[in-house]
Amino acid sequence: MIPVCRLQDLPEGASVRIDTTPPIAVFHADGELFAVDDTCTHQDASLSDGWLEGASVECPLHAASFDLRTGMPLCLPARRALRTHQVTVDDGMVVVRVAADVCQVAEEGSAA
Amino acid sequence: MRTVTVVGASLAGLYAARALRGQGFDGRLVVVGAEPHRPYDRPPLSKDFLTGKADEEQLALCDEEESAELDAEWLLGMPAQGLDPQGRAVLLADGRTLTTDGVVIATGAGPRMLPGPAYAGVHVLRTLGNARALRTELANGPRQIVVIGGGFIGAETASSCAALGHDVTVIEAAPLPLVPQLGADMAAFCAGLHQRGGVRLICGTGVAALHAGRTVTGSGGSAHDRAVTGVELTDGRLLAADLVIVGIGAHPQTRWLSGSSLALDAIDGGVICDDGCVTALPQVVAVGDVAKVGGIRAEHWTSATEQPAVAVRNLLAGRTTETLRTVPYFWSDQYGARIQFAGHRQDGDTVEIAEGSLAEGSFLARYERAGHTVAVLAVDRPRPFLRARRALRDPATDHPELSDPRSIRGPSGVHPRPSGHACDS
Repeated sequence: MIPVCRLQDLPEGASVRIDTTPPIAVFHADGELFAVDDTCTHQDASLSDGWLEGASVECPLHAASFDLRTGMPLCLPARRALRTHQVTVDDGMVVVRVAADVCQVAEEGSAA
Repeated sequence: MRTVTVVGASLAGLYAARALRGQGFDGRLVVVGAEPHRPYDRPPLSKDFLTGKADEEQLALCDEEESAELDAEWLLGMPAQGLDPQGRAVLLADGRTLTTDGVVIATGAGPRMLPGPAYAGVHVLRTLGNARALRTELANGPRQIVVIGGGFIGAETASSCAALGHDVTVIEAAPLPLVPQLGADMAAFCAGLHQRGGVRLICGTGVAALHAGRTVTGSGGSAHDRAVTGVELTDGRLLAADLVIVGIGAHPQTRWLSGSSLALDAIDGGVICDDGCVTALPQVVAVGDVAKVGGIRAEHWTSATEQPAVAVRNLLAGRTTETLRTVPYFWSDQYGARIQFAGHRQDGDTVEIAEGSLAEGSFLARYERAGHTVAVLAVDRPRPFLRARRALRDPATDHPELSDPRSIRGPSGVHPRPSGHACDS
């Protein structure tokens, strides 16, 4: 669980990059919050610097585009999907749950 | 149109093949490539591939699944040697003739070479083969390297060599590198990046000759058996060198077109096309570095991805129904800085720093002419650059209220893509 920022500091159309390894980008787009891996799957560029259009983001370097809901590439030159992460608002704070953690929690849940 | 031949298994060639299938061409598709490789991405060759951060698999532009979907015949390691005057047959190096209804010329550009003997230790960097050879040499311990040419390839290669711990000097014949591309002020900033990376930059002098030592192995006595030892400059200086990397530009690969009826540009040698990438023959189009499209020959990655969709539409239509309306864009990664440029710069444009500063090494510069922004340059400012680049493409998005650095969304949320955008293919 990674606290990112206050929701009021991430207005519609804004984005923020979290310096995790690998880094994660959090977007407030199309009325929702999205968290995906920040690095374009094509080449090294930060998607949090990209262009939002609805629930998709265009890479600032080569214009690859990704669906923020699924992480799937929408056009070339990207061919591989981004990891998506769970993002929630907890008492006004935007919180990201990294995908690997989610898997771990799910396994624990099924074992219980 | 039953058969289309794409000559050049390059970025532009692959995008043309994709566009053909994407636009419904279901006939025979042949892709002819001089190199033995499936299409790969060249920009990383001078950067992450050279430093070992990227491997060959990461350079691949299409995977097996996509290749199967394209349903193309790949003739690789097979240079084209001719195009008949009507553009109806492509002659291959093995003597075969491919009869075709349409041709996409995507043979790219080849590196300019220095005159004189080809000594061992002298490299160019254009193909995967070139990059493999250089990467192998760079792994053999610290070297004294002279890079001839301070353009983007030269600067990126010098940067990569320095990052690997080599001793690097860049030689530039002009008083400053990159002035034609960036103008003097911004070129001066970029020249300073070399120093930041620990690389010497020597400007205003050409290369008089390469020096080579005696034969190290073998007894054939050919130039290849002699290894380069130094670079003699036109001002008389002699720089010791174990390795020399030549980055002095590229010329369109059009020798195979010499028997055709196609016109080449008298100055830069590009295949002359109209604004829709169509040559004088309506069933022959040209894309990428080799093409002079509407008077402009751009050796840009983005042009090679944007032109094919338009070229193919016109090829399939049999006439020019669509033209390119894109803004030239290129980028360069060197010495830890990301340089991005978009637009059409001319001498006499004024340059204004819109954000950041030269001193902090991160800025957005606008090139202005008659009160309008005609080009933008950013160094490590990707977000405002993207906004400014889009504004050049579509002036309706240029809203000053978006200067809030966290706000990256246009006011309407709707930005029609220009025709020919990469996403079309």
